[in-house]
Amino acid sequence: MKRQIVLGMIISAFSAGVAMAEVAPESVAYTDGAVAQSLTGTAGNPEEGRKAMVDRGLGNCVACHKAEMLKDQPFPGDVGPTLDGAGDRWTEEQLRGIVANAKMTFDGTVMPAFYKNSGYIRPGDGYTGKAAKEPIAPILSAQQVEDVVSYLMTFKE
Amino acid sequence: MTLRTIKTALAATAILGCAFTGMTMADPVDEPMVIDGQNITIRAPAPEFLKGVLPEVLSGWLYRDEDTRKMELDDFDNPGIIYADRARDQWEVVDGTEGKACVSCHESPEAMKGLRAVTPRVDPDSGKLMNIEAYVNKCRTERMGAEAWGDKSDHMMDMLALISLQSRGEIINVAMDGAAAPFWEKGKEIYYTRYGLLELSCANCHEQNNGKYIRSDHLSQGQTNGFPVYRLKDTKITSAQGRFVGCVRDTRAETFKIGSDEFNALELYVATRGNGLAVEGVSVRH
Repeated sequence: MKRQIVLGMIISAFSAGVAMAEVAPESVAYTDGAVAQSLTGTAGNPEEGRKAMVDRGLGNCVACHKAEMLKDQPFPGDVGPTLDGAGDRWTEEQLRGIVANAKMTFDGTVMPAFYKNSGYIRPGDGYTGKAAKEPIAPILSAQQVEDVVSYLMTFKE
Repeated sequence: MTLRTIKTALAATAILGCAFTGMTMADPVDEPMVIDGQNITIRAPAPEFLKGVLPEVLSGWLYRDEDTRKMELDDFDNPGIIYADRARDQWEVVDGTEGKACVSCHESPEAMKGLRAVTPRVDPDSGKLMNIEAYVNKCRTERMGAEAWGDKSDHMMDMLALISLQSRGEIINVAMDGAAAPFWEKGKEIYYTRYGLLELSCANCHEQNNGKYIRSDHLSQGQTNGFPVYRLKDTKITSAQGRFVGCVRDTRAETFKIGSDEFNALELYVATRGNGLAVEGVSVRH
């Protein structure tokens, strides 16, 4: 019993440590495309996630995806599948992996990787057409990925 | 692969399948293009090297809305024609140390008929890959003793419009073999390279997803037979390479420059993807 308590304390301490350290893009661990560990240890905020999904300079998800939950957004694109029911079809871990780097789930997919900062060909500085400045920031921050995932988990059929 | 991954992969396939079925709803229109009684070929069998990739090649005109399409059918409504008219005046203007104008050597702009349908091409004398802009500046610097025009300058865009218009209706037949082959291979490689933070190639949008929408943009095959194009959202005309800059920039990439070896090669390659379509002259798009 005593031993279990000590172990519990160690786990709590470990979790607290994780909560403080953000997982860098190059350190994200993908398992069959899914990412089990939160990138920040801080629960995602669905409202912020929605903002990131519709902002053209952030996720801009509506450029390619339609969804009932986003029907107030004019002219959604249809290059990607509809996001309706995404929270039923996928686990949080899978959604985190798809948002961070969908190519780990769907080989060769057109979908951009939103949490990646290397391996690009001629990376640009935003939409200026000029070369990116090092270090390259991923399109979404770690917390924004968590926010988007938390909002997607509410997409139920 | 776990059972779960297989299941989710299958689910994803089903979703993608639905999306592809939905694509038919956003198909391009099937209408003829007739300007001044002349039928312009805007739908043709795909060139041999695209067999199995595209069933047929389609002008971007077929993907635009009705109002935009109509504007191109009447030269009085087509704002791009004004640029060509300006170049007709410029044709007579003497410039440079040799005291020459275009008219000194070429008589009328009609002498340029056919050029737009076969360029870019490798110049047999110099071995250089030449598009119309390169020919214009070669004339200006070597024959007229005048300064080269800027790639996006009004003069260059006007002249591009005028020269292009002389070949309206002519079937594009840009060479990809012989001396053009190495340039074509390089252009092809660029076409399939996924650039920028969004990691998008030309093919990702214009080959794999033409007919679908990115926001309100109806993705076309990215054919260049209509260039130069009057873009309603820019309220000016743009060359093919000018559009390449915009496209690559929108992938959050560092673009290539107009007139660079890379864009010259890409322009040649993309032109050959439209072999069989007709030159539109100056097209209208939004």
